[in-house]
Amino acid sequence: MKRAAQLGCATVAIMLSAACCQAQQSAMNPAGPQAGKIEWLFWVIFWIAFVVYVLVIIAFTRASTRNRVREERPVPVLENPPGERGAAIAVHSALAITVITLFSILVMSIITGEKVEGITSKNPVTIQVTGHQWWWEVTYPNLQADQTVITANEVHVPVGKPVVVLTNSADVIHSFWPPNIHGKHDLLPGYQNAFWMQVDQPGIYRGQCAEFCGYQHAHMGFAIVAESADDFSKWLEQQRKAAETPHDPETSRGEQVFLGHACVMCHTIRGTTAGSRMGPDLTHLASRHMIAAETLPNTRGALAGWIVDPQSIKPGSQMAPNPLDPDELNALLAFLQSLQ
Amino acid sequence: MAVADPIVVSNAERSEALRTTWSEGRGIYHWFTNVHHTTIGKLYFVTSFIFFLLGGILAALVRIQLARPENNFLGPDKYNQFFTVHGSTMIFLFAVPMMYQAFGVYLVPLMVGARNIAFPRLAAFSYYIYVGGCLLLWGGLLLNIGADAGWFSYVTLSGPAYSPGKRVDFWAQMITFTELSALAVAVCLIVTILKHRAPGMTLNRMPLLVWEKLVLSFMVVFAMPAVMLVSTMLLMDRTANTHFFNPAEGGDVLLYQHLFWFFGHPDVYIIFLPGAAIISTLVATFSRRHIFGYAGIVVATIATGFLGFGVWVHHMFATGIPQLGESFFTAATLMIVIPTSYQFFCWIATLWNGKPQLRLPMLWVGGFFFVFMIGGLSGLMLASVPLDLQVHDTFFVVAHFHYVLIGGAVFPMFGGIYYWFPKIIGRMANETLAKVHFWLFFIGFNLTFFTMHFLGLRGMPRRVYTYLPEMHWTTLNQIATLGAIFMTAGVLVFVINVLWSKQHGVIAEANPWGAGTLEWGVSSPPPPYNFLNLPTVSGREALWDDPPNEPVVTGIRDDVREVLLTNSLDAEPEGKEEQPGPSIWPFLAALVVSAVLIGSIFTLWAVVYGAVPIIITIIGWVWPKGDEAVERRSHEKWSTTV
Repeated sequence: MKRAAQLGCATVAIMLSAACCQAQQSAMNPAGPQAGKIEWLFWVIFWIAFVVYVLVIIAFTRASTRNRVREERPVPVLENPPGERGAAIAVHSALAITVITLFSILVMSIITGEKVEGITSKNPVTIQVTGHQWWWEVTYPNLQADQTVITANEVHVPVGKPVVVLTNSADVIHSFWPPNIHGKHDLLPGYQNAFWMQVDQPGIYRGQCAEFCGYQHAHMGFAIVAESADDFSKWLEQQRKAAETPHDPETSRGEQVFLGHACVMCHTIRGTTAGSRMGPDLTHLASRHMIAAETLPNTRGALAGWIVDPQSIKPGSQMAPNPLDPDELNALLAFLQSLQ
Repeated sequence: MAVADPIVVSNAERSEALRTTWSEGRGIYHWFTNVHHTTIGKLYFVTSFIFFLLGGILAALVRIQLARPENNFLGPDKYNQFFTVHGSTMIFLFAVPMMYQAFGVYLVPLMVGARNIAFPRLAAFSYYIYVGGCLLLWGGLLLNIGADAGWFSYVTLSGPAYSPGKRVDFWAQMITFTELSALAVAVCLIVTILKHRAPGMTLNRMPLLVWEKLVLSFMVVFAMPAVMLVSTMLLMDRTANTHFFNPAEGGDVLLYQHLFWFFGHPDVYIIFLPGAAIISTLVATFSRRHIFGYAGIVVATIATGFLGFGVWVHHMFATGIPQLGESFFTAATLMIVIPTSYQFFCWIATLWNGKPQLRLPMLWVGGFFFVFMIGGLSGLMLASVPLDLQVHDTFFVVAHFHYVLIGGAVFPMFGGIYYWFPKIIGRMANETLAKVHFWLFFIGFNLTFFTMHFLGLRGMPRRVYTYLPEMHWTTLNQIATLGAIFMTAGVLVFVINVLWSKQHGVIAEANPWGAGTLEWGVSSPPPPYNFLNLPTVSGREALWDDPPNEPVVTGIRDDVREVLLTNSLDAEPEGKEEQPGPSIWPFLAALVVSAVLIGSIFTLWAVVYGAVPIIITIIGWVWPKGDEAVERRSHEKWSTTV
């Protein structure tokens, strides 16, 4: 019994410390109403479970020890065990309490579910997220085709406003999971689904694919960038623009390298002739924080490593190695880093 | 009941005659002709335990890979193969064959007082076909083309477009092997339980473990076809260019998940209920009293069997199924807690008013309580739709199902093995080694899996081959890997204990624990004919309740493999039947069926050509053995009962 109590206290201590820890990708550190309500439900069920566990373990320990017979040989069988009536009452009361507890959990779960799903608004920002092996295509659709924004691995949302996320997949099943903001939503090939999402605190929140999707499932992250309504509109405005024409010879050369090598087979840069949709849209690559689906920081060195040898960073990735000459690579990097 | 033979024959002479009739023959050839349930049961125990070890080795390698961020120990290809084959091995090659087939085939005929399992050749066939599935899955892995799409191989990842080659085919066809095996055993056990019980063992007096095997057998009959269907549909998508699951051609990816989990969740109970039945058996024996709430536990077992089929959608809460539908499955999932908690309360009540003797197997009952409860209670969180959206497919779920499956199956399994070890082997297991085994395993288990709850809540999805250092998951992963070392050491101690005790353990008497079920009424290990005189039963715990002058069944022949038939409800004698003896044909049939199933991965024509040898082996299997035997075998129906 003592051991159970010690175990219990240790458990709670660890649980609490886990919850307080400032983790950047954690369900216990909510940044929006949905993850907040789910976290509340977690603690409610946790404490119910904790009490039940302690009670059952105490009862079990007491039951095993109160009439314990320390005898190595089998002792005679009890023909008519005493106290059966009391045991029957205890068992049936415990069963009744179990039923009531389960029913309360059911009701709380349904109410929380309603609240989590009930976040809506009129004229919301709509974001289409499409899963690819192993990156996220993020589209802000617009009735005017040229006003549609396509980016990758970074979902910008205005703070405090519910947004609609439409989900779909281009290949296998992926699952969109920003734990600080909301639970998982599967991206299913052949299904167009939708859910609401709201972030209350500005910041960058990491998320990750949660449904096993092949070789690089481990390196399929994304970021949710929550910013004020103004910043969000500015960002959207900037993203709508085509890439600027290169001004200096180095970036011009870089553009030629891009268009003259394998890059163009998979990537789009609006404003140039590169228009393939196999890989992420790179029109505003330099405006993103990370590359390769939240695997590397968007720095010149990381970008160079990724372009030259993606297979050593993400083995099995769809991107082929690009053995470029050093000056070609430098020009390409200059060009890519100009894509603000 | 039949009239006793007028010629007086001594027990020694009868025992000799029965031994000759029921012995299986020696030599390598006879290894493949065995049809006695104790032999087949032992084969299941050993084989499924070997795959528990192999699956465990893969898990240990996976833990080493995760001990450091961005580790290059395995890389994604090997990692994906290892975790896929680990999961598939543990579920399909270990848990079900061990908890259902091994315990069921070995114990049920002894517990109901029969000389053998019904349809012994089918039981033998089931074992060899199971081995075929094992070799297929592990053959692929050893050739470095192992299945790598996860143990539930969701489409479209497992489809032809995203998993080219033969890897997923090995997995899909392995399902057919193992489920065919389970279905064959289900047929054998249902008939054994309903038609071969000792006179007097009415349904109301059946040992709880036999009740559980009956419920389980029906669950197998309803659940396994679903997964055989879905894996075959997947195989056809991959080899015959069908489009069941191809969204581009109107196929449906969620259809796969519904069919898979319609099997998958009942399968969890197919793994857990045998554990619960072992706990019931151990608790009654070591409390020195009848179990409290026998009828209630039977009803709880049946209720779990039914409800188990109504909860599968809780694996699919993130797929965007409408909320009302999901809430229905939350309710069903929570409802299944009721029969399970009832069993817990009954066990506690049995101990409370009993005289508990905490002997070796009870250690594992304690471990079961501490561990399984945590898994059951974290299941409450997974049943809730909004909460499941957070913890689904993370290490939290990995923690949960290891607590449920290791807690609900492996802990009772070890308890059950220590409990029946003297019966099966004839010697007692070493207690000191067993205690070392328990504590290493118990501590290691909790280190490994309790930690995973935190990893899941802190955002670590399952099935990732690595993670970035800045995710702060390193320390927790290292604790988990440390625990895996303890668990491995514990299991090694167990293996040493078994090998040592088998040779040097104290010779076991017939009933070392003073238990009440019929298997303890025969010598340890049981003779090849199980019972010299078929017993009759006048209480739930036959050896406790039967008066000293309890009658025995006479008139069953000693010179042929004759067994008694009783009716399903009251176990009144109904007739006699002669069982077929040892035969090579079940092995040959399994060999041919395996060849055809494996061949069909490569060419569909294998099914057409393979039909011929399969028919030949079946003809050989059922070929009559001469007129005399046919006459003997014609059912003797008795019109009156005593």
